[in-house]
Amino acid sequence: MAALLPRATKRLRLSPTSGFVCRDCRRSFASSIRHGQQQQPAPSQHVFQSDKTTHFGFETVAEELKASRVRTVFSSVAANYDTMNDLMSLGIHRLWKDHFVRSLNPGIRLTSTNTSSPHNAAGQTILDIAGGTGDIALRLLDHATTINRDTATSVIISDINPEMLAEGRKRFATSHYYSTTTSSPNRRVSFLEANAEDLSAIESNSIDLYTVAFGIRNFTHKQVALQEAFRVLKPGGVFACLEFTPRLSNPIMNGIYKRWSFGAIPLIGQVVAADRESYQYLVESIERFPSQAEFAGMIEEAGFIVPGKERGDGGELEGGWEDLSLGIAAIHKGVKPV
Amino acid sequence: MRKRTRPAVMNGQISQRTFQRLLALPPPLRLRTFSILNRPPPNYAGHVPLTLVERGALALGSAFGSLRNPHRHDLIASLGEATAKPYFISRLRKAMLANPTGRRILRDKPRITSQTMSLEWLRQLPDNTVGRAYAAWLDREGVTPDTRDQVRYIDDPEEAYVMQRYRETHDFTHAITGLPVIIEGELAVKAFEFANTLLPMTALSLVAVVRLKAAERKRFFETYLPWAVSNGLKAEEVVNVYWEEELETDVEVLRARLGIEVPPDLREIRKVLRDKNKADMAARDAKNRLGAGMGV
Repeated sequence: MAALLPRATKRLRLSPTSGFVCRDCRRSFASSIRHGQQQQPAPSQHVFQSDKTTHFGFETVAEELKASRVRTVFSSVAANYDTMNDLMSLGIHRLWKDHFVRSLNPGIRLTSTNTSSPHNAAGQTILDIAGGTGDIALRLLDHATTINRDTATSVIISDINPEMLAEGRKRFATSHYYSTTTSSPNRRVSFLEANAEDLSAIESNSIDLYTVAFGIRNFTHKQVALQEAFRVLKPGGVFACLEFTPRLSNPIMNGIYKRWSFGAIPLIGQVVAADRESYQYLVESIERFPSQAEFAGMIEEAGFIVPGKERGDGGELEGGWEDLSLGIAAIHKGVKPV
Repeated sequence: MRKRTRPAVMNGQISQRTFQRLLALPPPLRLRTFSILNRPPPNYAGHVPLTLVERGALALGSAFGSLRNPHRHDLIASLGEATAKPYFISRLRKAMLANPTGRRILRDKPRITSQTMSLEWLRQLPDNTVGRAYAAWLDREGVTPDTRDQVRYIDDPEEAYVMQRYRETHDFTHAITGLPVIIEGELAVKAFEFANTLLPMTALSLVAVVRLKAAERKRFFETYLPWAVSNGLKAEEVVNVYWEEELETDVEVLRARLGIEVPPDLREIRKVLRDKNKADMAARDAKNRLGAGMGV
């Protein structure tokens, strides 16, 4: 071992004195990275026919590409989606979703006065958009069945991403809502792969309740999705959206929350899911979402009546939504006029 | 007469001269000037500047994550990057700069991917060459050169390249020592690399000895760890080998030049032991059945 010491100490003696790197070497590493990568150049560098761009997190991409980029993000997060939600929100997302569903009270409770109505016998038809893994759909069905004793209400789970839908199918395979036989009258959940901006597979005026939880910030054209929601809902039907807000009203809490979002969440994504980029996109997309007042305005613009709203002093909408957890998330509702 | 030195702080404010001196300090010693919400622009494609807290959290998370699931090589990679600064990666870069071949590697910055290393060409090289040994090892273990992650968390671009080079040549170290990709083999290579490169991640990954079975642990501490430490210390810096130029060199010649001995073939030892165990079990089963038949 003694003979090995001189070399070992020689290794340790090499102390760094300067971190200086000349400009050429710096440039050549950057180019060696590019050479080593066999990926296509970023789509944002391509110029498409329409030249219309939108935001993808903090990046700017051509509109046509956003949907496929979002699809890729969710394909890669699908497997660990629920674990990651628990870690990112410290489990609080479960409380939000429970409150969301409870406040909607899905299902028709048959009382002595409404038992005879044929509408009630058929149960409600609920459409859960961007509901891939089935969190909300399961809660909706459980609430309708257990609390309102409504065994007829059914849910259509729709998502743009097949991997997320596959996770949803897995979740429902063990429940009694979805039997694997093709012609079962008891099937209360069905799966639809569709883009929320184009729900042509669903008839107009056929849905009682349209829910979208933590999905709408990923849509390329939110106003188009809101208009589709307006079309498929029955008159008197309810639109409900649970979504993150871009900032909290309390500046100190906002500072802490943002540092958690941009620091801890991509890190957790890296360690748990081996995917920093997707979680960086998720927190950036939250940042890009319109504020509660703006979003309530968009819902009104699509034709819905937004309950509880007032015009504040500055002409801005107030009170037309419900803030959750100091404003980290918000529930927006709208009713299609009869 | 002694020169009277002016106090650095006068009336609670530092002088212009002190301020200039502070700015002239190397970056690691200056106060970090960015936060999570104000990251500086990246120094190279894929660079993510991390604050100290983030780096610590990444190191801890990667360490425990890779211990729980050793198949997550991206966590081992990020552990390496998070723990390489402030001293170790700079030391390795200085070691490369002190060697003429190392300097050439830093100037050319070659990358090893399946594009730049044509496996078909390597496979048809003569049997005793480094390239053939590399291709044979890749085929035997079922891996390709594309499984290496990009370096992201090291701020200086040249140090990031040094880390990337270390990562990409790790397979060559496997190839010339003949150690397999199973945990035992990986630990032996990591121990060798620690003695050779002094990167903290290589030492930290030795914690994975707890995942070895008792017999494997015994073998590791008796044979492979002493081999790794003595060879790692006495060998030349493996990071300074220009592998792209050594592909047609004879393996024995290269090993002699570097000063590396071949350790006992791990797969052979395990196979022999496994076969022996199977034979023993079969014999014991036969004896039991015989004994039961005879009423013993």
